[in-house]
Amino acid sequence: MTHKRWFTPWLLIAPAAVWLVLFNAVPAINTVILSFTNAKPLGGGQFIGLGNYTRMFDDQQLVDALINSIVYMVVCVPLLTLLPLLLAVLVEKKLRGIAFFRIAFYTPVIASAVVVALIWGWLLNDRGVINGMAERLGFLSGPLPFLTDRWLLLFSAIGLTVWKGLGYYMIIYMSALGNVSRELHEAAAVDGAGPVRRFFSVTVPGVRNTMLLISVLISVFALRVFSELYILSNGTGGPGGRDMSLVMLIQLYGQGLTGHLGYASALSVLLFVVTVGPMLFLARLNRKES
Amino acid sequence: MARSGRGFNTVSPAEKVVRYTLLLVVLVITVGPFLWQLSTSLKGVSEDVFTQTPTFIPQHPTLSNYTEVAKTIPVWAYAGNSLIVAVLVVAGNAIGATLAGFALAKLRFRGSKLVLGLFLATLILPSEVTIISQYVIVRGLGFSDSLIGVALPGAIQMLNVLLMRTAFLSIPADVDAAAIIDGATAWQRLIRIGLPNVKGMLSVVVIFSFIFAWDDFLWPLIVLTDPDKYTLTVGLQYLNGTFSSNPRLIAAGTMIAFLPIVVIFALLQRFFFKGVDAGAIKG
Repeated sequence: MTHKRWFTPWLLIAPAAVWLVLFNAVPAINTVILSFTNAKPLGGGQFIGLGNYTRMFDDQQLVDALINSIVYMVVCVPLLTLLPLLLAVLVEKKLRGIAFFRIAFYTPVIASAVVVALIWGWLLNDRGVINGMAERLGFLSGPLPFLTDRWLLLFSAIGLTVWKGLGYYMIIYMSALGNVSRELHEAAAVDGAGPVRRFFSVTVPGVRNTMLLISVLISVFALRVFSELYILSNGTGGPGGRDMSLVMLIQLYGQGLTGHLGYASALSVLLFVVTVGPMLFLARLNRKES
Repeated sequence: MARSGRGFNTVSPAEKVVRYTLLLVVLVITVGPFLWQLSTSLKGVSEDVFTQTPTFIPQHPTLSNYTEVAKTIPVWAYAGNSLIVAVLVVAGNAIGATLAGFALAKLRFRGSKLVLGLFLATLILPSEVTIISQYVIVRGLGFSDSLIGVALPGAIQMLNVLLMRTAFLSIPADVDAAAIIDGATAWQRLIRIGLPNVKGMLSVVVIFSFIFAWDDFLWPLIVLTDPDKYTLTVGLQYLNGTFSSNPRLIAAGTMIAFLPIVVIFALLQRFFFKGVDAGAIKG
C-alpha cells in the first residue's frame, strides 16, 4: 500500500533521527577526527598525525588504567555471571513475600552509582563500621586502608560494582529461567538428582546462552567503569593516581578549558576499540536468538 | 498454579526454612547498607557514629542533618535541577521514541531498513566513547553549563526507539488492517490502536529514562561548572570532596538523592516486573 502523504513516516522519525545524527553519528566521526589533532577547547586543532596515539605508549597512567580494566574484568565476569544466577534460582519459587525480596534485591540497581559509592565509602572508611566490626571481633589490629591503598581501593570498587549489579543480572536470568523446561527438572528429580546436581545438569545448560550474553555485557561494563572509582577515590584516582580507569582519563583530559580534546578523543577511540569486540559478539548472539 | 501435584510447586518445610534463611541473608547484604546510611543520617551530633559498636537504631533520631546539609550545599535546589533534567529526558524519550518506534514498526516506506540499521548500529557505541565530542556539540549549540545541555543528548535514546518499535511490532497486523481499510491516517492509528497496546513498554521507557537521568553523573560533571546549576549527583560529589569530615551530612545528602528514586520505583515496579515476565527485558 502507499501512503497518501509519503513524508508522514519521516515526520514521525525526524526527532529521533536528528538525535541519531547530532548526538551519535556526528560525535562518533568527530571523535576520530579530533584524535588526530591537538585540539583544545579554545583554539588549537592542527592535524598532528598519530601524535596522540604514540603519546599513549609513554602514558604510565594509561598503562595503570588498562591493568585496572583487566583486573576489573577478570574479577567481575565470573562473579556477576554466577552469583545473579544463584539469586534468580533463589527467588524463582513463588513463596509468600517473594515479590518483596525481588524488589529489594533490585534496589542497588536503581540507586545512582554516586549514592552507592558514597554509602560504601562510609562503610569502608578507616573509622567505618566494617573496620570497626573487624577490629572488635579481633580480625584486625588496625583498620584496613580500603580507600587509600592502590589495590584495596580497586578491589573495593570492584566489590561495589558486583554488589550493584547483582539485581540487574538476576532479572535477566529470571526471564531466562522461565524457559528452562520444568519437565526436565521433574525428570531429574524423579531420577534422584539433588538440587545441586539439578542446578549443574539442568539449570546451567538451560541458561547457557544467557550466561554468555551476561558475561559479554559485564566485560563491556567493566571497561566503562567511572563513577565507582571516581567517588571512592574522591576524584583523585587513588594514591598516585594509579586507580584511574580509561573513562576517568577521558574525563580528566576532556574536561575544562585546559583540556586536551585531541588526546581525550584518542583515548575514546581506544575505549571503542576494546569494547567493540565484545559488542559485535553480542550483536551476533542477538541475531542468532531472534 | 499447582500443576503437577507433588514435587515441584510444593515446597517442603525444610526447604522453606533454607530458602527464607538465604533470602534474609541476601536481603541484609543488598538493603543493609542503605539502612545503615539512613540510620547515620538520623543520628544527632551527640551520638558517636565512629565507635566500634555503633548502634543501628539512632538513640535520639533527628532530622537536623537534613537541615544542616541544606545550609552546607543548596541540596534542595540541586534536587530541583535533577528533577528538571529528568522531566525533560522522560518527555523527550516518551515522545521521540514512541513516534519513531511506531513509524519503524508499522509504516512502510523507502529506506526504512536503512534507518533501522542506523539505529541498531548506535548500540555498539558506548556513550563514554562519544562523550567528549558530544560536549563539543552541546557547547557549540550554546548549552554548555546549563540544565538543557545536561538533558539534551539523552533526551531521545536510540535503545528506547528500538524498544518501542518492538512493542509496536507485537500488535497483530489484523488489528491494524481494519483501521487501514477504514482509511485511518497514520496519526489516528498511532493514537487509537498503537498507544493503548504499548502502555507496558512505554512505562518501562519512562521509568528507566527517569532513573537514567536522575542517577547520571559523568555527563553532568562534564557539562556543569557553575555550582548553582549542579544536579544532585554532582552536588553530592562536591559535598563529599569539600566537607568529608561529617558522615552524617553526606548520609543525609545521599538519602535525599536515593529516596525519590525508591518511591518512584516502588510505585511503578509492577509495570516493570510485568515486562520481565513478558520477556521484555533481555539485556
